Amino acid sequence: MASVLVCVKRVPDSSSEIVLTDDGQAVDGRFAGFTMSQHEQCAVELAVQTASATGGEATVLTLGDADALEQVRAALAVGCTAATHVVADSQQLGPADVAREIAAVVRDHEAAGRPHDLVLLGHDAADTGDFQVGIRLAYELGRPVVNGVTRVTVEEVDGRPVVTASGDGPDGHETYRVPLPAVVTVLEGGVEPRYPTVPGRMKAKKIPVEERELAAAPAGPARVRWSLPPAAPSDVHVLGKGPEAAPAVVDLLEQLGVLAR
Amino acid sequence: MILVLVEKDLAGAAVEVSLETLTFARSLSDAGGGVPVDAVVVGDVSPALQSQLAAYGVRDVHALGGPGFAAFAGAAWASGLETVLAASRSVVVMAAGTPRGGEVLAHLAARSGVAMAANVVAFDGLAPFVVRRQVVGGQAVEEMQLSTRPTVFTVAGHAVEAAPAATPGPATLVEHAPEVAESDLVARVVSTEEPAPDLSGSLKSARVVVGAGRGAGSEGGFDDLLELADLLGAPLGVSRVVTSLGWRPHHEQVGQTGSRISPDLYIPCGISGAIQHWAGCSSAKAILAINTDPDAPMVTKATHAVIGDLHEVVPAINAEIRRRRAG
Amino acid sequence: MAEVPATADVVVIGAGIVGNSLVHHLTRLGWRNVVQIDKGALPNPGGSTGHASNFIFTVDHSREITDLTLDSVRQYQEMGVFTQSGGFEIARTEERMEELRRRMSSAKAWGIEAELVSPAFVKEKVPFIEEDQFIGAFWTPGVGVVDSLRAGTIMREQALATGELTVVPTVEVVGLDTEEASHGRRRITRVRTTGGDIEAGTVVIAAGVWSPKLGDMAGISIPLTPAVHQMISVGPCPQLAEREGEISFPIVRDMDTFCYERQHGADMEVGSYAHRAILHEPEDIPSIEQAKLSPTEMPFTSDDFDPQLEQAYELMPELLGAEGAEMRYAINGLLSLTCDGNPILGESEVAGLWTAAAVWIKEGPGVGRAMAEWMTHGHSEIDVHHSDIARFHDHQKRREHTRLRTTESFIKTYGIIHPAEQYASDRDQRLSPMHASQQKLGAVFFETAGWERPFWYESNAGLLEEYGDAVMPREHEWDSRWWSPIINAEHLRMREAAAVIDLSAFCIFDITGPGALATVQGTCVAQCDVAVGKVVYTPVLDAKGGFRSDLTVMRLGEDHFRVVTGGAHGMADRAWFAGHLPEDDGATTLTDLTDDVSTIGIWGPRARDILASLTEDDVSDSGFGFLSCREIDVRGTTVLASRISYVGELGWELYVPMESAADQWEALLEAGAPHGAVPAGIGVYGTTGRIEKGYRAYGAELDSERSIVEAGMQRPKVKQADFVGKEAYLAQREADPAAVLCTLTVDDHTSASGMKRYMLGGEPILTPEGALLTDGHGHHPYVTSAGSAPSLGKHVLLAYLPPEQAVLGTRLAVSYMEELYPVTVGSVDATPLLDPTNERIR
Repeated sequence: MASVLVCVKRVPDSSSEIVLTDDGQAVDGRFAGFTMSQHEQCAVELAVQTASATGGEATVLTLGDADALEQVRAALAVGCTAATHVVADSQQLGPADVAREIAAVVRDHEAAGRPHDLVLLGHDAADTGDFQVGIRLAYELGRPVVNGVTRVTVEEVDGRPVVTASGDGPDGHETYRVPLPAVVTVLEGGVEPRYPTVPGRMKAKKIPVEERELAAAPAGPARVRWSLPPAAPSDVHVLGKGPEAAPAVVDLLEQLGVLAR
Repeated sequence: MILVLVEKDLAGAAVEVSLETLTFARSLSDAGGGVPVDAVVVGDVSPALQSQLAAYGVRDVHALGGPGFAAFAGAAWASGLETVLAASRSVVVMAAGTPRGGEVLAHLAARSGVAMAANVVAFDGLAPFVVRRQVVGGQAVEEMQLSTRPTVFTVAGHAVEAAPAATPGPATLVEHAPEVAESDLVARVVSTEEPAPDLSGSLKSARVVVGAGRGAGSEGGFDDLLELADLLGAPLGVSRVVTSLGWRPHHEQVGQTGSRISPDLYIPCGISGAIQHWAGCSSAKAILAINTDPDAPMVTKATHAVIGDLHEVVPAINAEIRRRRAG
Repeated sequence: MAEVPATADVVVIGAGIVGNSLVHHLTRLGWRNVVQIDKGALPNPGGSTGHASNFIFTVDHSREITDLTLDSVRQYQEMGVFTQSGGFEIARTEERMEELRRRMSSAKAWGIEAELVSPAFVKEKVPFIEEDQFIGAFWTPGVGVVDSLRAGTIMREQALATGELTVVPTVEVVGLDTEEASHGRRRITRVRTTGGDIEAGTVVIAAGVWSPKLGDMAGISIPLTPAVHQMISVGPCPQLAEREGEISFPIVRDMDTFCYERQHGADMEVGSYAHRAILHEPEDIPSIEQAKLSPTEMPFTSDDFDPQLEQAYELMPELLGAEGAEMRYAINGLLSLTCDGNPILGESEVAGLWTAAAVWIKEGPGVGRAMAEWMTHGHSEIDVHHSDIARFHDHQKRREHTRLRTTESFIKTYGIIHPAEQYASDRDQRLSPMHASQQKLGAVFFETAGWERPFWYESNAGLLEEYGDAVMPREHEWDSRWWSPIINAEHLRMREAAAVIDLSAFCIFDITGPGALATVQGTCVAQCDVAVGKVVYTPVLDAKGGFRSDLTVMRLGEDHFRVVTGGAHGMADRAWFAGHLPEDDGATTLTDLTDDVSTIGIWGPRARDILASLTEDDVSDSGFGFLSCREIDVRGTTVLASRISYVGELGWELYVPMESAADQWEALLEAGAPHGAVPAGIGVYGTTGRIEKGYRAYGAELDSERSIVEAGMQRPKVKQADFVGKEAYLAQREADPAAVLCTLTVDDHTSASGMKRYMLGGEPILTPEGALLTDGHGHHPYVTSAGSAPSLGKHVLLAYLPPEQAVLGTRLAVSYMEELYPVTVGSVDATPLLDPTNERIR
């Protein structure tokens, strides 16, 4: 019975050409919209799978403005069953602030009799890309942390709950086995995040969301401003016209190493 | 002092991105009046590695050894760095922006209560120290003030070109074997396995995918494409219109309402590249589009293209592959 | 990777369904050197066509939209891209059932196969629907889906095959250059693009949601707004996957929840018009690169959709909740909305610059054909005057107006809209000088072209008692919505004494100069070379002999004519006359006086007495004959008086300077009071007064598909002078009419429930047994105007009947809300039912 807390962040969708806000502090999401990153979508999927496999519960947590409720609902729609929303402008928080706020939620929930055995996060935020919130959180909570894995399972080993997490490392596919409670950050690729179903979406709408304020005044990010690098031109290489292009195509297949067999 | 965490490949040599980081560190050293650059290596330092580091101007090579470093554990590596940091009295700690480099430095920063900048590409000034780093997956650049000590950051891959120093350094080997606290070893790699090559043919994990769109023309128009897929050991992925028309089953659909694929090579044939479809295949590392229309979005967005009718081009490719295999 | 040509005969901007259809029809009609550009890539450049749900329901209450839709379906079928699926419009409430009955009227009037069916009937064809969620449905077997992208490609390729089309994708327009032309107009000269400039004398903006931005480049307003239509795709659904092909189940429009469910292969698409109106500015649409999907597929806002999701789930729980069925695609798709819901077609104020925008998939090819005909011949086979860009008045060209009106109307996309329904937003744009006085009189204002016009005055409520049942009260809420028996009371008082009517909304313009006579003679059917001081009522035709307008022309001097026409269509009339001013003649000018002159009408047996009490001038019949006009002094103010009548009574239209109109209005009411005169609203002027007299109205009886002969308005002689449409008119006079405009009276109003019902217009005229009638055009007769004739004690209908039925005394039936009511033909030409010899006007 694992209680999993999965942390998601509302970020502008950056899968197309991005536009920055006038003040250079963020991506303007009004064209492409907002989402949670692929890593976090996989983290939510793993949280839901883990909760389901152990008969536990998956709680989604976000820190963001009122609109971030959209991402909370998205997580609820695919199987999370409880939610906490720290209502704050995430632009005004640095990675250490975010870690401290998540820790405060975990501690408060624990004090209220809802301990989270496993906290899952995305490996990095799709916008700010700080690559550190999960690790800082682990130090805040005094818990072990496994970073950048794609698969997560929770099982009992010798009567104690243990998380087994694995992902691709420089030497091959690496496995960690850590007793709970623990923190794990997730990279996309290990699981296919499910899309919401119609009944799931409707259920999500009815789940109450715990709203909180910041636990402490944030120190803030060290950001000065953002800018866009010059655009890269399209550079399709036309190999030829018609069947005569076949040898060039097969050369390319060989060069890419996809023909070997 | 500037301390650089150097990662090794399976053969024990420094990885390219670590050499880039050393190069970056030297430019920082130059700007700072020639502060020495030291390297930290976990595990054995071969003579070859030592001379490699010398070529990059490294003063001391700190080797971390002992039982605490037998398997990777981010916290353990960070504790080792703390030992070296104290010994070398360094004020800057850097690593390549690899998963491992970032993880270890994040541990170090968290333990030291300092900031960390990830994926730095350049620095603008020393006092205050302002770096520029990649954000939004490299689509934007952040100017960030990094004023804490020690100053901790990772360097984005390929932000600078690795270049040996004009004057090699001594690369003096300094060995450390610090005790590692049990708590720093709780989260450590317990096993490592070579991933088995995935030949399942599943769309999502395939290295090569052959795509087919309306250009196939009819339900019977897939024979050449299926042969190409077979020759490449690749699954077939199709556009929405193909499944809508009932030519192919739904599970083969790639796109917004089908699978999202990220192969090394995607070969869309007779697919114009509707946005629907593009959303499912934009993660492909290389795209070879075969299409009659040179202005089709799939062609303009592709890395490679052949302009022509798939029913003429694909059989020619199949014949060419068979010819080379036979030869 | 074609180059941008340096010159073109015509440049079509846009390669969506409209642009593609347009290049096809233009080349078909013989246009040469046609260039089509789009900023996106082909075949889907990223506009609204690319994400359209592509289904077509054929029945609309508007004949114009229905005809364009039917023509489009025919073209789609010819291209082989139409798949018939059938479609249901389901009703969850009795009110909606009533609307579906009304829809049956439209279906019969336009000759479209349809029937009202039970939930069980629906269930048989759509097995995954929950029968207990609705009470009935409107079944249109001819509904289907199209492949609009494929259709676009086919049409483009047909055009390319003529060798006269150059298509250049991925080229963006950066400027539209114009130069001074005659009569203060400008003309298009050049399209500037990122691929180079194109010199062209004709340019069409067919750029969908981007059209306003392009219009701005040439200084014209294309008043549409991009608005969000939300759509999600749920699948794969096993119930759908087991059948092959894109669509094998009928489309369901869930009218009361403003949603539709449309199968697309293994997925079910659920679309909604129920959410708040989400409008965008054309400038805020992302570029192709910035967009996640396409520029017109904006990020989905799920909160807006959740209520609809729930309703859709109630309707199809087994399908939408099926194992494995996921919401994989959800968009806020952009489409174009206009202030009145009609497309924006035709030539703009800038000569040679045309638009074809705010067009949906169901009308695309039909619009392409109509536009190409219009550009080629000056008129189209299908009457599209409701969509003419010239219809917009200045206040309607503001973005704010479009924004407010579309915000209000968005929810009405599937709404139940009363034919007389009024907008609430952006009112009070044009107030007549007597507005304050009218408010005190309890005027109920309806809007015409931005003008607030009293429809009736609550101050006249006291007359109801006086006239009793003669005011023909209506029992049913629908029949009496946006109506009052006070209208009929005002009417009776006018016939008995007199009525004063504010007509400030009239569009008035003067044509002066050496070419003035030639201009009016060349545009008007009636003889305009009359003595100074004469008033001429005249049809205005297009070249094929269809009505462009009907209006009055006063000759105020040898070289000075004043045109007075209705406010609603006035801007198009003005544009028509402006377009017929002599070329290269700076001396002949058209001056709009609408904002300078107010019109007050006074009619009734006591009108002369009342006017005589306010002027020293001779207003006797001998001194001021019918159809004459001259300036008179009314209480010290010079007023142009015109003795004419649209209500069949003695009286005048008084053209008063705007600044003194309020005073004159008060004076007329004051002087009229002792004679029993009351203020009367447009309810009298526009309906009861004219319908008793069989007077035709443009837009109802008269449009470009109707001829003078069919409308029964031919005079014994045709003038010598040439005029637009003369040749066609002469031919029409020689031939037997294919339909004849008749006046009918309703013989019995009693419905099955015992309640009396009153038709409002648009209903089909059938045989007494309820069988369809068909005229010589293959059209089916329907009511073009309906209204009370209080002086006759009858409800009167106007309709074009087949010649066989156009016989006095013929008994027929009108179908209203799916019940038949007996009617009798009372007039088969312009002979009025009331006062056939026009004694009252003298």
